[in-house]
Parts: sequence; structure tokens; C-alpha cells
Amino acid sequence: MSAGKSPVGADIVDLAELLAHAYAIEVEAAERYRVLGDQMEVHNNPELAGLFRELAGHEEKHAAEIKARALKTGMAELKPSEFKWPGTEGPELAALDDAHYQMTPWHALQMALAAETRAFEFFNSIVESTAELDIRKWAGEFREEEAEHVALVEGLLEKYPEPEAGWSEDDDPPNMQE
Amino acid sequence: MNISNPAKASDFKSDLKPVWCPGCGDYHVLLSMTKALAELECRPEEVAVISGIGCSSRIPAYLNCYGFHGVHGRSLPLGTGLKVARPDMTVIVAGGDGDGFSIGGNHFLHACRRNIDLTYIVMDNRVYGMTKGQPSPTTEPDWDSALSPGGTGLSPFHPLVIALASGANFVARAFSGDIKGTSNMIVEAVRHPGFSFVEILSPCVTFRPEQREWKSAIHPPTVEPTDDPARAARRIMTDDGFNVGILYRGTRRPYRIGDGVASREVGDLDTAFAI
Repeated sequence: MSAGKSPVGADIVDLAELLAHAYAIEVEAAERYRVLGDQMEVHNNPELAGLFRELAGHEEKHAAEIKARALKTGMAELKPSEFKWPGTEGPELAALDDAHYQMTPWHALQMALAAETRAFEFFNSIVESTAELDIRKWAGEFREEEAEHVALVEGLLEKYPEPEAGWSEDDDPPNMQE
Repeated sequence: MNISNPAKASDFKSDLKPVWCPGCGDYHVLLSMTKALAELECRPEEVAVISGIGCSSRIPAYLNCYGFHGVHGRSLPLGTGLKVARPDMTVIVAGGDGDGFSIGGNHFLHACRRNIDLTYIVMDNRVYGMTKGQPSPTTEPDWDSALSPGGTGLSPFHPLVIALASGANFVARAFSGDIKGTSNMIVEAVRHPGFSFVEILSPCVTFRPEQREWKSAIHPPTVEPTDDPARAARRIMTDDGFNVGILYRGTRRPYRIGDGVASREVGDLDTAFAI
């Protein structure tokens, strides 16, 4: 794996760069949820397709809010390699390799919870390590928003119990060799 | 479609929905390719992605650039022809291990040898997924399945060794789950002159569900890339198959026609490309 970089807030040099990261987090998370929603539609899991698209909608709304806020500060234009992510991609991206065509809302929300928690930790690390007051203030606000998202997903999870073992069993599996 | 200037990764994604299985590594490769093309500051009209047949060979349809979903195993001849005719274009050939190493195995050898300036990406999942799970050239000899009871017992094809021995000018291995690492690898491969070969370990979670564990098996190389083929060969022959990184950066001059300007006459190509 490419070396994961520690999320050091000091690496974010100004508000424009912070906004670029905050915006990319939401845009990429929305794109990822749309990909997962499309996968579920293609594999005839309409409930999950709808849920992932709902999650994508939330992320798109947050992205629009950040874009509006960036009108005051400007937003840096960064190439993919210029983002200072702690891991190999943006922190709020649901893990594509955790997807399964028979997954349930519980699984989807677990993916979302992990993603929102990583985003919270990303902004928290900036708050705790930056020396720039403006960056700390704005990152703190993003951190609080991510905390709200974590709480929102945790609330949704209460509606969906963990599925019983054997949820992935399929009487007519796609990998049946004939 | 409005394309940003410079183009962003999302500008290289088409509107078509992939039909790969959820969890398939090829989704990661698609993302890595879009990020790499943005990083390279390419425009969609400057890029062509050519493929053969198989699950991974669907990739040109999911990209917003020129694409050609060709005949089984014949993606490299198509890519070669395109690059010779249009040296100004960035040509990426993509496909799977069955398409590239079995049906197209002969083309693979000679594409490495010709050293045309293009990049060949093979999404290796060690199985024919599209046709329901037959062993491929890179399948382990003891992989036991309904279609290969007790395993094939055949020695697996070693793509990196073959690429190196055949004259590829850039040889690397990546893991699909590491999107950033794979994207960086593709960028380096495209930038490197000559024939660049990147094997991307891309799990098939449907027919080889045990490949979900590859993410734990992957490890970075312990040494820097070399331009010495003998040294690279020694390293790769003792490799466990899960080392990722650039193995070899050669210095051979790429095959080139004339001054590298696009040719419009088929006759010119016939004359210049005769081996």
C-alpha cells in the first residue's frame, strides 16, 4: 500500500486549501455513494440503491454549503496527488470493497458510520495540530458538522438491527458453476 | 458534457453504470484511472483506452475518452496501431489476465519487444470471471473449484517476469484497493517512454472470494526500482506475488516512426512498421 500520511493540520497551509479538502470530502463521498447506489440497482437491491442515493444527497447538500462558504475565502484548485489525506483516499469515502450484492441497510449504515467517523477524525487532527487560528476555527466547525453526521447515522442504525448470520446466502448465486 | 479545464477525475467518468459485481476490484481501478488522467492533465479527447474481452475489458465504456472494446486478446495490436498512427495521443490498453496472457499472450510478448510508447494495464484476478470461474493463466495450480477439481496442477504464468524478459521498458505491480498508489503507478507508467506494463491485482469477490484478503497480504517493495534487467529479474523471481511498486524502469528508446507526427496514410504505416 502507498504510505498513509499522518493527518497533520500543519500541512494545511491556508483556508483556501482547507476548503478544498472539506469540499472534496463531500463531493467524493457523494460520488462514492452514487456508485454504490448504481451497483445495488444493477444487482436488483432497490432498497439499498435508494439508501445509498439518499446518503449521496446529504453529501451533495453539504458540498453545496461548503462551496457557498468558500465564496468568501476562495478555494484552492488541487490535483488528486496534492490532497493531504491521512490514507490512500479521502476520509469520508465508503469502502468499495465492503460492498456485497445482498448487503442490508445495516451494512450500508455501518459503512457510512465508519466514513463519517474518519471525516470527524480528519478535521479533529487539524484542529489539534494547526497553529493557524482561522484554520483551527473553520476545521472545528467542520468537525462539529461531522459529529452531527455521526450522530445522524447512529440514529438511523437504531431502525435496522444487525442481520442474522447467513444474510449473504443465495439460493441462486451468480457464481454457480455449471 | 462540460469538461473542466484542467479536467478533473470526475470528467473522465462516463454516464454508463458499471455492471461489475459489488466489491469487485475493477471499480477501484476505474477510479485510479480517472485520477491518474486528471493528474496527467490530459484532456479526454487526447486519451484512448483500448480493451479486449472480459469483465475488466468493459472499462473503456465507463471512461469518458476515446475507447475501443475490441476482439478477445487483440487489444495490444489495436493499441499499437493507434499509437503508431496517432503518436500524439495517450494510449492505454487495459484488460484481464485471461485476455492478456492466454488469448492475447503472443501479442503481449511482442508488444513488450516492440516497445511502443503505450501503457498496458492488466487487472489480474487469476480467474475467468465473465464465463463463470474457469482457471486463467495466473491461477494457482492448487485452486480447487467445480471447474478445476483438485486444481489444474499447471505452473502459473508470471506476467512481470515475462514482461521483463520480453523487453518491456517499465514493469510494475499495484493493488486495486490502494487507489492512490495505483493512480500514482499509472501516472508513472504513462510518463515513462516506451512500453509500460502494470499488473494490478484486482480481486474477483464472486469467484475468488478469498481474494478479499489480498488487502492484508499486500506489502510495499523493500528496494528502489532498478534500470538493470538482471537485477530486476532476480528480485521478481524471489517475489511472493504481493510486492507492489515499480520493479523496473528501463532506458530503451521507444519504437518511433519518423518525427513522431501523426500519419494519415496507411501506406506510410505499412512501410514504416514492417519488422
